[in-house]
Amino acid sequence: MSKKILSANFDLPDSHALRVYEETGGYRAIRKILGTPGDEIIEEVKKSGLRGRGGAGFPAGVKWGFVPKDTDQPKYLCVNADEGEPGTFKDRQIMEQNPHMLIEGILICSYAVGIERAYVYVRGEYVFQIQRLAAAIAEAYGSGYLGKNILGSDFNLDVVIHRGAGAYICGEETGLIESLEGKKGQPRAKPPFPAVVGAFGCPTVVNNVETLSSLPFIINEGASAYAAIGTAKSTGTMLFSVSGMVEKPGVYEEAFGVNLVEFIEERAGGVLGGKALKAVIPGGSSAPILTADEARNTVLDYEALAEAGSMLGSGAIIVLSEDVCIVKALQVITRFYSHESCGQCPPCRHGTYWLARIADRIENGRGEPDDIDLLLSICPEMMGRTICVLCDAAAMPTESYVKKFREEFEEHIRLKKCPMDGAPRLLGIE
Amino acid sequence: MDKQVAEKIAFNEQSERRYQEALEMYPTKEAALLPVLWIAMDQFGALPTEVLEYVSSRLDLPPVRVFSAVEFYTMFYREPRGRYHIQVCRNLSCTLRGSEQLMGLLEGKLGIQPGETTEDGNFSIETAECLGSCGTAPVMRVNDTYYEDLTIEKLEKIIEGCLGGRSSSELLG
Repeated sequence: MSKKILSANFDLPDSHALRVYEETGGYRAIRKILGTPGDEIIEEVKKSGLRGRGGAGFPAGVKWGFVPKDTDQPKYLCVNADEGEPGTFKDRQIMEQNPHMLIEGILICSYAVGIERAYVYVRGEYVFQIQRLAAAIAEAYGSGYLGKNILGSDFNLDVVIHRGAGAYICGEETGLIESLEGKKGQPRAKPPFPAVVGAFGCPTVVNNVETLSSLPFIINEGASAYAAIGTAKSTGTMLFSVSGMVEKPGVYEEAFGVNLVEFIEERAGGVLGGKALKAVIPGGSSAPILTADEARNTVLDYEALAEAGSMLGSGAIIVLSEDVCIVKALQVITRFYSHESCGQCPPCRHGTYWLARIADRIENGRGEPDDIDLLLSICPEMMGRTICVLCDAAAMPTESYVKKFREEFEEHIRLKKCPMDGAPRLLGIE
Repeated sequence: MDKQVAEKIAFNEQSERRYQEALEMYPTKEAALLPVLWIAMDQFGALPTEVLEYVSSRLDLPPVRVFSAVEFYTMFYREPRGRYHIQVCRNLSCTLRGSEQLMGLLEGKLGIQPGETTEDGNFSIETAECLGSCGTAPVMRVNDTYYEDLTIEKLEKIIEGCLGGRSSSELLG
């Protein structure tokens, strides 16, 4: 049974409009908490078990709790709307279909932490989503939900949209902050963490769009109501982005704890064309791949996917059918990480380049027998050695593709070509 | 661009207003760099050296800071693009749904390779990494508009629309 918290309004006509949001109980949560001490709100969010939906899965309330209370500096909220993890397309859905839910989430976080300025960092390509969000922000200012003395209280908040300009690494929270400050988006060494030294040298909360959008429900219904959904450690629901070789790709909200393959079959219509399932990438392209059998034996939550040797990540499920070449998939994703490496750490700058180059030559029939072990020897050298996790995000899946589908790599090298050359093809081209 | 033109580079009235608004959004002048580069792209169409020098002088930033930022981000262009700039996603979900064939069709139709512009200046094409539209793969952008669930027929209509001079948001209309 699918539970709708985030997507409840998605199908309503004009779901993006303030009127519709208000008619469905919108901005009730912010009215409810005005006057309550911020610490109590933080405790409530901690109790809800809400974890970051951008990929890392860090408990949101705990993150807020790291922000120093006794500081003279301004505090900032950076909303991470730089959705770039390949396979992920759910934050855009929120900005398109219910931007006011995000704005109310921003209000709740800002009120609890004592923030008066929030920046929404939206990836540069999302022009339509930026327009939608900007219109919603203007509506919110017009109705007293943003600006000075919000709803007659002494709480002030300004929300500013900051448009990115094409760089995956700006989705990393300190890369995002650097970019917001007008620099190249090269991540910072941590500590200090952004909660202490973030944007413009000030304490900063960085939260994903979906994380913040979960807050109005938690405030309205209570932390225990939220924690009752899902599993003991993975509470609530998540927007899963399903793409690849499935009948009905799309964004589907689901409570944590459902079987991965049953979810693909029941919600996304199963594998495209009734083909057999070969593998599933469960949490965006950075997640290690699961074989069909592994996918059948796991459920969708943070713990189960970690136990299966992968991760929930951003909840982006990419489905690979029997007619998909795993070497081709590796060629595509390693090229991506090589392209997106910011270049400051040598293991990443060189490692991603070589993974991409070796995967490319194997796929194109120029691989040498030693290349498979060469790939496997590079990966451990890339893990845990860099400022941010982009390098790990390239090495982890690479290792899993090669180990779990080694025979496909061997076949490419033996045949000196891709046995599925050119597959899959654009629908309509045979 | 010759020196005379270069000396005339300045924000027009609308850009100047947006520039002043951008400065107010951040506690430091430097932080306005990305928005100001967007304003410059909108007015000048691209970011040649003269425009970047102008931006660096307006923001009191060393030119190297402005140039290195522009090189870092893929959406800032030093050279003008085609009237219709087409970006085809080449990441995994789009590849699975045939984006390589899509790009091949475009190359054949337009007679150019990714990174090139047609001689008449009408079209430029390039590959893009994940555009965040994987559920409607394969996908491409024409200027600022997404075209999703692409098929050969849709692609033909989009190109026809471009040749008919339609705006990038109405190519299928």
